[in-house]
Amino acid sequence: MTDAAAPARPTAAAELTRAIRAFPTLLRIGVAEVVAYRAEFLVWILTTNMPMVMLALWHAVAADGPVGRFDQTQFTAYYLGVLVVRLATSNWMAWQMSMEIRDGTLSAKLLRPIHPLYSYAADHLAAIPMRVLVVSPIVAALIATSWGRLVRHDPKLLLILLASLLGAWLLVYFSMVLLGSIAFFVDSAMGPFELWIGVHAIFSGYLIPLEVLPVWVRGAANVLPFRFMLAFPVEALVGLLSPAQALRLLGAQWLYVAVTGWLALRAWRAGIRRYAAFGG
Amino acid sequence: MAMIEVHNLTKSYRVHKRAPGIAAALRSVLKRRYETVKAVEDLSFAIAEGERVGFLGPNGAGKTTTLKVLAGLLHPTSGDVRVGDYVPYTRDPRFLKLITLVMGQKQQLLWDLPPADTYAMNRAIYEVPRAQADETVRTLTELLEIGDLIHKPTRQLSLGERMKCELVAALLHRPRVLFLDEPTIGLDVSMQAKMRDFVRDYNERFGAAVLLTSHYMDDVVALCPRIVVIDRGHLIYDGDLRELVRRVRPDKHVTIRFSKPVDKADLARLGTVVSADAAQAVLSVPAAQASAVVRDALAALPIVDLTIEEPPLEEVMRELFHAGGREPSKQDPVGPGDTRAHA
Repeated sequence: MTDAAAPARPTAAAELTRAIRAFPTLLRIGVAEVVAYRAEFLVWILTTNMPMVMLALWHAVAADGPVGRFDQTQFTAYYLGVLVVRLATSNWMAWQMSMEIRDGTLSAKLLRPIHPLYSYAADHLAAIPMRVLVVSPIVAALIATSWGRLVRHDPKLLLILLASLLGAWLLVYFSMVLLGSIAFFVDSAMGPFELWIGVHAIFSGYLIPLEVLPVWVRGAANVLPFRFMLAFPVEALVGLLSPAQALRLLGAQWLYVAVTGWLALRAWRAGIRRYAAFGG
Repeated sequence: MAMIEVHNLTKSYRVHKRAPGIAAALRSVLKRRYETVKAVEDLSFAIAEGERVGFLGPNGAGKTTTLKVLAGLLHPTSGDVRVGDYVPYTRDPRFLKLITLVMGQKQQLLWDLPPADTYAMNRAIYEVPRAQADETVRTLTELLEIGDLIHKPTRQLSLGERMKCELVAALLHRPRVLFLDEPTIGLDVSMQAKMRDFVRDYNERFGAAVLLTSHYMDDVVALCPRIVVIDRGHLIYDGDLRELVRRVRPDKHVTIRFSKPVDKADLARLGTVVSADAAQAVLSVPAAQASAVVRDALAALPIVDLTIEEPPLEEVMRELFHAGGREPSKQDPVGPGDTRAHA
């Protein structure tokens, strides 16, 4: 064995630069894969219609009078906003990671000179163009029904909205990495993933706007990360937040992004040491 | 200069054990029993630049585990491994550009897209100049006769077709170290031969080191002057292939074709009869007596044709593994712990 030290590893910035150069091709391939699965993809999109069910329910409730600040129009704007933000930011990476770790498919990603987390990110970003197609009619409906309530005139709020959407995507992504990494340590991450889906549905504002939840649930939602994955961008979109509130929440959201990102990377690195590369 | 260095490599797995049946399944919910299994233990060898080495052993010997450690997929439990100065498990991008791992049972091709899309993706990820990538794909697809196949979705290809397309994807970045785990699995005989020629040509053209596992001994005989044999995670032989054959089976097979039937007793006088019928017989004789046996046979029997061969490698390996590797290790020319590179 030679005593020479291994060459110094390229910096994270250099690896990111290389990944960015490869990204256009990865996105193109990702879009091609989504198109290959177009029927399954559309069926999956249709399964995310729970906000429409909730909209119908709350629309009926609000017929007798507003619930807090939510009248019928506000409920419509909110749930259409939920659909838009959810389609723009959600991903199923914990499921994918769990499968790939379990059956060893992850090995192919690990053998390529690009960090697998960049590959996963490209896979899921590539789904966005197809989702835009699906979202377009919902956006049209949102504009038609709620034009007056949408954030339009305040450039600061518009910027916060954009930053909150990016933050929500990253927060969901890092949460998925964290959850998916559980599969390195136990047989499957599907149990924790399903638990996460249930908790997320309550505390993210997916099913019910946080404002109309009981006080104690709202108190919990305010300190948990889930609202920053969905409710916060939705509230920013449909004009439920003042600039000062939105800015404060944006700071909290990005703090969660940083902490979750750090935890996700730690979990990934610890998990990779235990990866068994089954199959082959 | 050594391209691959393995020094005292040990890799253990923690395996959940339970008896069959519902009661055992329920008990395992409350209390799990784990067992540590050493897939590879204290393994050492080295491979020089441009060398072709066969990596042999029975099922479960630890070959694939070793390849996965060398490719950076698995962290060693202990020991040191270097490939081209890199520590594999750190998965430095420059290391990953240096190597390729082809697994007959696992694929890197994108399942729902044509292989051409995987090639485009690899070109971007490995930063291969477009002209070079196009030329490599053109050359390899011609050589492997896969032309239009690269534009059909991978899932619609046969196993053999996929393996050929897989090889193109694996070599697009012109790696200098090839880890080939059962690369000819699923291929017909003529394509196996073509694949061997192709690997040899690549090795000679680019000076790439090749570490090959295969259950087809023809692959090993055709490609690998040197073999490393492991059994139950331990090195049991590292050296020249012919030398191993000579040690494990110090006999020759003399195949004789007759112009008319001969008496079996006449054959038995010449050597051990492996098989015999009216037209042909195969005798096993000590290597040192082969020429004397041939001379006697020519004088005594109605011979049309006669050939002398080494025993088939399959037989040699079967005997070696049956002996648990004890016999060759007594006189092992390159014993465990000796990590010198073979030029």
